Amino acid sequence: MNFDVEKIRKDFPALNQEVYGKPLVYFDNAATSQKPRVVIDTLVSYYSGINSNVHRGVHYLSQQATEAFEQTRDLIRDYIHAKSNSEIIITKGATDSINLVANSFGRHFFKPGDEVIISATEHHANIVPWQVICKDTGSKLKVIPTDENGNLNLDSFKGLISHKTKIISVGHISNALGVVNPIREIIRIAHQNNIPVMIDGAQGIVHREVDVQELDCDFYCFSSHKFYGPMGVGILYGREKFLEQMPPYQTGGEMIKSVTFENTTFNELPFKFETGTPNVAGVIGFGAALEYIKKIGMPDIISYEDDLLKYALKKLNNLDYLQIYGNSQERAGVISFNLKDIHPYDAGTIIDKFGIAVRTGNHCAQPVMDFLGTTGTIRASMAFYNTREEVDRLLVAIEKVKEMFG
Amino acid sequence: MTITEKEHQVIEEFSLFDDWMDKYNYLIEMGKTTPIIDEKFKTEQYLISGCQSRVWLSAEMADGKVIFKADSDAVITKGIVNLLIRVLSNQTPEDILATDMEFVDKIGLKEHLSPTRSNGLTSMIKQMKLYALVYKTKKEQQN
Ligand SMILES: Cc1ncc(COP(=O)(O)O)c(C=O)c1O
Repeated sequence: MNFDVEKIRKDFPALNQEVYGKPLVYFDNAATSQKPRVVIDTLVSYYSGINSNVHRGVHYLSQQATEAFEQTRDLIRDYIHAKSNSEIIITKGATDSINLVANSFGRHFFKPGDEVIISATEHHANIVPWQVICKDTGSKLKVIPTDENGNLNLDSFKGLISHKTKIISVGHISNALGVVNPIREIIRIAHQNNIPVMIDGAQGIVHREVDVQELDCDFYCFSSHKFYGPMGVGILYGREKFLEQMPPYQTGGEMIKSVTFENTTFNELPFKFETGTPNVAGVIGFGAALEYIKKIGMPDIISYEDDLLKYALKKLNNLDYLQIYGNSQERAGVISFNLKDIHPYDAGTIIDKFGIAVRTGNHCAQPVMDFLGTTGTIRASMAFYNTREEVDRLLVAIEKVKEMFG
Repeated sequence: MTITEKEHQVIEEFSLFDDWMDKYNYLIEMGKTTPIIDEKFKTEQYLISGCQSRVWLSAEMADGKVIFKADSDAVITKGIVNLLIRVLSNQTPEDILATDMEFVDKIGLKEHLSPTRSNGLTSMIKQMKLYALVYKTKKEQQN
């Protein structure tokens, strides 16, 4: 493995800065990742060069922009091993992707009395859209329970399934706890019952290799910005047979074939779901991010990250005044913890002063926090550009917190 | 002491601190000594929204002055709200409404608090002024 973290760090300009006079330790990657220079350069060169609207003009720039835009779709398709470009919908982000499916699939397929299954550890983005569509259609939201470590209970899950279940939507990796969910097993069980499965891969795509055909999921979504690309771009993979049947989510320009005042015929996939001018620069920038990740290599990234996580867990487990959440067999990216009897907000305030960016609060996953009996946690989320030295610095900060409040 | 005099007192105290650590240690000390609110006030009704930690604030009138009490589940927040209480409590509603709380900026509290926390601070001040407004209106209605 020729993985050189010091060299990699140089690719990320934002890592090279001081806060409060100390070198930044960026441990808030689950919220958003930093961007490699190639991504930033791509944005600048797009706006300095081929900037123009896509899929519309016959003029030179528009064709260049459209080509670059569609090449990114190819890249994404290949990256997640989708069958065709029709299955790759460009959205604004993971939240937008989930709203698309909840609204389009939900409105089309849900009838009063139907059921949707999610899990107890979901991000609000994979709870609220389903809650709202269930309310609107008279359907019911059911929740796969978890144990105190964030492991979903598959036996209970089997019990929740009925002939009324229309879709199951679960996260690949929990953003609050870092637990990797048994999505293969969930998909297998669901498909035995002919129920489609949506995977919220906002964290999953960052820490695991994803092959949608091998996974056999029906929908998979994620955000570019958590995966080293620009903000404002998301992806929705959908199995073509479902996307074909689903009505457009939003309507307007770009997604139509012909419009008269009496009637409109919609464009074909994937454009049926892509209305209005997309974030062209962001999409092309995300293409650059994917190329960058491929060059480093996901297997190397995963093994480096897993090693770093193990190191951090070992160190943190030595501190007996820490409560660490999500002690699951398989975890990735995230360590969520509290100092016993110290409010996460108090701890986070002091850790911040050490130049360390961690997140405190409920991580947009209030139900799981309620379940764990806490209002929030401190979350250190790591990327492949973080180092053991940075983990050691976090430890120093935690010890200081203990000293100040203990 | 007037609000302005109290503000000056706090500013002077903070000017003795060399670094952020001293400042926070002081806030933590203050957080541990806040006049604890009666348990009956620790309900939704007295909760201030806009803070990452929970803050409960109650007020009552005594001899024409507003007495504030507060509590929080986070020590630093409790320290901050205690600082506000030190300056604003036991003052007339009119004086509370008139002050612009200059000291918050002067002691570098605002700059050291991230936007979400700063919002918490703003919400606390807003809530204290709201109480003052209520008492002022009540008084005027009685006259
Ligand atoms: C698991 C999970 N799902 C969904 C989202 C929402 O992502 P976005 O805000 O990019 O739409 C997040 C982001 O925090 C997440 O962690």
